Amino acid sequence: MATVIQTDNLAVSFDGVTPVFEGLTLAIEKGEFVSLVGVSGAGKSTLLRVIADLIPAFKGSVRVDTPSDPTRRAIAMVFQAANLMPWRSVEDNITLGLEGIDVSDRLKKERVRWTLDLVGLGNYADRWPYQLSGGQQQRIGIARALAVDPDILLMDEPFGSLDAITRNALQDELLHIWKETGKSILFVTHDIEEAVYLGDRVLLLGGEPAHIINEYSIGIERTERRESEAFLRKVEKVRGGLQDAINVTLSAH
Amino acid sequence: MKPGKRYLLSAAGLAGFLLLWEGIAQSGWFEAHLLPPPSTLPVTLLSEIRLGIWQEMVWASLRHYSIGFVIGSVLGVTLGVSVALFPKVEASQAWLARVFRPIPPLAWIPFAIIWFGISETAAAFIISIGIFWINYFAAMTAVLAVDKDLIEVARAFGHRTMFALLRKVIMPGAAPGILSGIRTGLGQGWMTVVAAELFGIPGIGQRMIEASGLLASEVVVLYMFSIAFLYGVSDYIFVRIQSKVLEWQR
Repeated sequence: MATVIQTDNLAVSFDGVTPVFEGLTLAIEKGEFVSLVGVSGAGKSTLLRVIADLIPAFKGSVRVDTPSDPTRRAIAMVFQAANLMPWRSVEDNITLGLEGIDVSDRLKKERVRWTLDLVGLGNYADRWPYQLSGGQQQRIGIARALAVDPDILLMDEPFGSLDAITRNALQDELLHIWKETGKSILFVTHDIEEAVYLGDRVLLLGGEPAHIINEYSIGIERTERRESEAFLRKVEKVRGGLQDAINVTLSAH
Repeated sequence: MKPGKRYLLSAAGLAGFLLLWEGIAQSGWFEAHLLPPPSTLPVTLLSEIRLGIWQEMVWASLRHYSIGFVIGSVLGVTLGVSVALFPKVEASQAWLARVFRPIPPLAWIPFAIIWFGISETAAAFIISIGIFWINYFAAMTAVLAVDKDLIEVARAFGHRTMFALLRKVIMPGAAPGILSGIRTGLGQGWMTVVAAELFGIPGIGQRMIEASGLLASEVVVLYMFSIAFLYGVSDYIFVRIQSKVLEWQR
């Protein structure tokens, strides 16, 4: 398998002195779905941002596999709040990432159609964001990311602010899209069940300074996941790991 | 309240006011020039139009107003946006703005006349000053209030230069605030236009001072209403444009 993201001894610091995390080494394989959970303040969102080159690395390196196809981007990000541009129609929000890369109008239309169908909002192209519910806005946020046909999707607690029913529906939709498209996904969440339900692997970020302290391979068929004994045991195991990490962090202060 | 009923009540309020005014003016409690009855207005308007004065004065004021409005708005928005974007620009003008902002536009009249004479330029200059400050502050505030998360989204999707961010996020995001500043300036401009002309620059204000000297108070009232009318029309047109541009707002 090919590695699409590789970080080596990565550190990020906002003040140039104290690192948010340090010595962070991880690799994400092509087509893999990796969940990232961790102690709050350990820099989960920050990690996504440094991978997306939105903030600079303080130490170490990030290597991201770039596609040779000029109509695609290596990485696309889905944010916690959908953060659609309110002055753009749904269609124009989806094409945001296509402006500035080499995409013909015809291909643009195709991508809009394809992504809207994928997220199940085929008839919504002409709506304004304010006319959509929170769940629909988040679907458009996902469509916007998929429209650049990225190899890698970075997702920052994308379902965190949704109600339980919508969240479950979107989780299943995301799995469906993932299987359909073969994207690699790095998914940050504070919801351990969600992390275990979605991921091939769950990475646990913690420690002082933070780094990846544990990794859980899930290895249960996804169809078996929501309710099965094995699933619940796995959730408990990850929860225990996170609790230990929190205790260590607390006792260190 | 239904829109129809609302219109009806609004119209009744205005009609009631005019009737009351007419009644008091006709009662003979005041001399006619102290309170000219509104019924004299149509005749006065016709006579001013026939003399060609109304058109000339309105056209002249409209010219001062438009020039001042455009210059004040463009400079105000441009500087306001730059100040919000670049800390160095902000710092270099911070005290200057503090010194000059409290000076009312009308305080510039002496210098306007010394520099430009009794001229259209002088009137436009005075008008532009008031409009400038309104737009400067509105644009600065609007740009500073643009959602930082949306800027991050634009960067994440490949729009990383200042120019790209301006085009994709900052200007559209600041548009509601900037447009409401321009609209406030639209009203402020009509307030200063008359004051600027009271000093003899041809236009509505000059005609009003001339008429009051002759105790032709019905002419003064006519031009007061003419200003209200011009403001109403320009504001109406602007609001139509504004709601088209900001169609995306709830």
